[in-house]
Amino acid sequence: MAIEIFMPALSPTMESGTLAKWLVKEGDMVESGTMLAEIETDKATMEYESIDDGVIGKIIVADGTENVAVGTLIAILLEEGEDASAMDSISSTQAAPAEVKTEAVAAPVAVAAPAAPVASTGDRIFSSPLARRIAAQKDINIADVTGTGPRGRVIKRDVEAYTPAAKPAAVAAVASLEGDAPFEEIKLSNMRKTIAKRLTESKQTVPHFYLGVDIELDNLLAARKELNSMSDEYKISVNDFIIRACALALKSVPEANVQFGGDVMRHYSRSDVSVAVAIPGGLVTPVIRGAEQKGLRQISDETKMLAKKARDGKLMPEDYMGGTFSISNLGMMGIKQFQAVINPPQAAILAVGSGEQRVVIKNGEMKPATVMSVNLACDHRAIDGAVGAKFLGAIKTYLEHPSTMLL
Amino acid sequence: MTVQKFDIVVLGGGPGGYVAAIRAAQLGYKTAVIERENLGGICLNWGCIPTKALLRSAEVFHNMKHAADYGLVAKDLGFDLDKVVKRSRGIAAQLSGGIAHLMKKNKITVIEGEGKLVKPGVLSVSKDGKKIADVQATDIILATGARARELPHLKADGDKIWTYRHALVPNAMPKKLLVIGSGAIGIEFASFYNELGADVTVVEMMDRVLPVEDEEISAFALKSFKAQGLKIITSASVTKLDNKKDTVVCTVEDNKGKAQTIEVDRVIVAIGITGNVENIGLEENGIKVDRSHIVADEWGHTGVKGVHAIGDLTGPPWLAHKASHEGVIVIEKIARDKGHKEIKDLHPIDKGNIPGCTYCRPQVASVGMTEKAAKEKGHKVRVGRFPFMANGKAIALGEAEGLVKTVFDAKTGELLGAHMVGAEVTEMIQGYTVARTLETTEAELMHTVFPHPTLSEMMHESVLDAYGKALHF
Repeated sequence: MAIEIFMPALSPTMESGTLAKWLVKEGDMVESGTMLAEIETDKATMEYESIDDGVIGKIIVADGTENVAVGTLIAILLEEGEDASAMDSISSTQAAPAEVKTEAVAAPVAVAAPAAPVASTGDRIFSSPLARRIAAQKDINIADVTGTGPRGRVIKRDVEAYTPAAKPAAVAAVASLEGDAPFEEIKLSNMRKTIAKRLTESKQTVPHFYLGVDIELDNLLAARKELNSMSDEYKISVNDFIIRACALALKSVPEANVQFGGDVMRHYSRSDVSVAVAIPGGLVTPVIRGAEQKGLRQISDETKMLAKKARDGKLMPEDYMGGTFSISNLGMMGIKQFQAVINPPQAAILAVGSGEQRVVIKNGEMKPATVMSVNLACDHRAIDGAVGAKFLGAIKTYLEHPSTMLL
Repeated sequence: MTVQKFDIVVLGGGPGGYVAAIRAAQLGYKTAVIERENLGGICLNWGCIPTKALLRSAEVFHNMKHAADYGLVAKDLGFDLDKVVKRSRGIAAQLSGGIAHLMKKNKITVIEGEGKLVKPGVLSVSKDGKKIADVQATDIILATGARARELPHLKADGDKIWTYRHALVPNAMPKKLLVIGSGAIGIEFASFYNELGADVTVVEMMDRVLPVEDEEISAFALKSFKAQGLKIITSASVTKLDNKKDTVVCTVEDNKGKAQTIEVDRVIVAIGITGNVENIGLEENGIKVDRSHIVADEWGHTGVKGVHAIGDLTGPPWLAHKASHEGVIVIEKIARDKGHKEIKDLHPIDKGNIPGCTYCRPQVASVGMTEKAAKEKGHKVRVGRFPFMANGKAIALGEAEGLVKTVFDAKTGELLGAHMVGAEVTEMIQGYTVARTLETTEAELMHTVFPHPTLSEMMHESVLDAYGKALHF
């Protein structure tokens, strides 16, 4: 019996993706582990490998098809000894539940159009009658509410805790574009769509406030120089110091290592630091997990490895999901200072400017120093001004007195 | 003396403890229960079960007295108190034996003796003052339960002044009985001894009987109790028990300080419950105790690593079914934290959904908020009522006295509470408990087809009445 190959869910949140490229063609022999296709999700391009042995009988969803829903039939694999007639059973079993699919088998070429989201639409949303009633009264779509009842059932408390504002705002799609200059329209990549959606949501629903501070780097630069002069095996960057300082500051001011969850506040006991990395067409935020437990060298190695994976489009979901705090550093691009947009559901992000020679006044005397301006954006629902200030103060202390990072 | 090692040890073999042990054993843990007296705890030996056995005797006796109402003839009516009590004890013994069998079937070690927490992970067990074993376990569940509360001036002597324990094995049939406290325990014994012919007075400190129940239900029950000849004094307390040769002279003072004395031959003290927190090593190990109960979180964790507490020991409601439910939750939480991935659907107990039952005549049962509590919480309510006298089955049974009351949130249709008084209501309250747990609104309850002819039809009618749609009244 022929084996159906479905669009895989490559991350827990993936609902659809782009079938970027087939790495096999009809008639190819494949075995378990053979790379079948490249699938592009909102954050990364991943290779999808076969779990069975056989011959590719038919490719149903063509290269470059966007918005292929998870669970959509994308190809058919023939087992050893089977010929094309084995696929008939699939066309017939598919006929009843979804006519679209039958056509897809019969006329593969035609299916480059958006695939029918068969898998997701039929799903029943488990919810209590009371939750549905309250949702209806509050004009909440029950499907938007995350359930915490038995087996994820949406119950009264979930609807009551739900804040409609958290609903992803309709991304600029409504904006009508105008401009007389000649133009070329480029379709948004999934990553660009995600950036647009997440950051719009952030700016529209997260009450940001900003705290700025100048940090003197001379001690840090001296320490860095000494460390880097001792071996060629590593090269610690200023950014590595900043990651470690932030991780330690999150530990010493745990009130800042939080997320706002509607009716709960989540306090994290580990510093998982997301580091914004610019890549062609956008940015990603790989996570240094448990960074407070890691030394500068390990942080440096991991950051380099993740940045490379990011630029190669090879980040896995576990590489970029679930950080508790973000750092965005534009210092290397000569930016003096800026304010960053919080990456929800995180509650804070540090925007780092460049270190530069400035005159500082100490004890009434003017002195040159290397100074870096940083700006902390906080979600006021989760972090109040005083907590933010305490947290930023801790970062400053660690960076100005890097030996305290040894403690 | 031996050191025995287990994964989980439960201190106390009552309905919380033995259920926790069974669940632990089912999940593959090497489990032991330490019990100082009888498996099944108070519930099975000195509470729920033996009292129900006594009350059943009283109910049958009541029906015999009313045989003529049913066209039957019953002559030379009487009872043999010793045999009534013997039946009750026999049932308790039978069920306790059943628990022993369950322990054996689940390969749970039962250690007879008094356990004490030495330190997290270690218990010592002694019997008759002599240490008999050291027991080690990664997780320890404290489930030592509770006992009757006594006050310095209201102390039981077991002779003429009783707690529930003495009242279950009476040394004589009381002629005049004073019951202090009209909660479930007090009122059940008042009901029992009244039925057998004692002259019973109940003294309640609050302004109504069964003070945790809905006011309307309290008032309904009071009327019924009075019609049965029970004397009820509310808003009063017993300030002195003067133990004479054959009687006890009780001083009862109302809330204005006016005193009266009542001379009785037996007194039952039922003024509440106190947790068994003594001599089990709590203070030494930093386990917090607040007003005779262990402070534990919603999962039963005490805050001390590997030490958990469940049931009556952790506070109200002091009910066996709450303890059993917590017993399962505490074990599943431990197992899930240790990586039992199959335990996905774990939730702390919702105290608003624990039903309460009192087996006096007429029975009382409830779940959720009283009408008053709902209003105090700011709910605009819709209240439905349906009387037993309009239900065919109730009339056929000769039990036409009772009321089913439902309280809904007027806006959302949430069933905030259900309150019943009358025959067999304790068997019916689960229907509303299921409804509350599933979060049904009035609509699903209205759509439910209730069988005819049953008492449960009143549950349907009460919901309909809340929305002005009752059919048979």
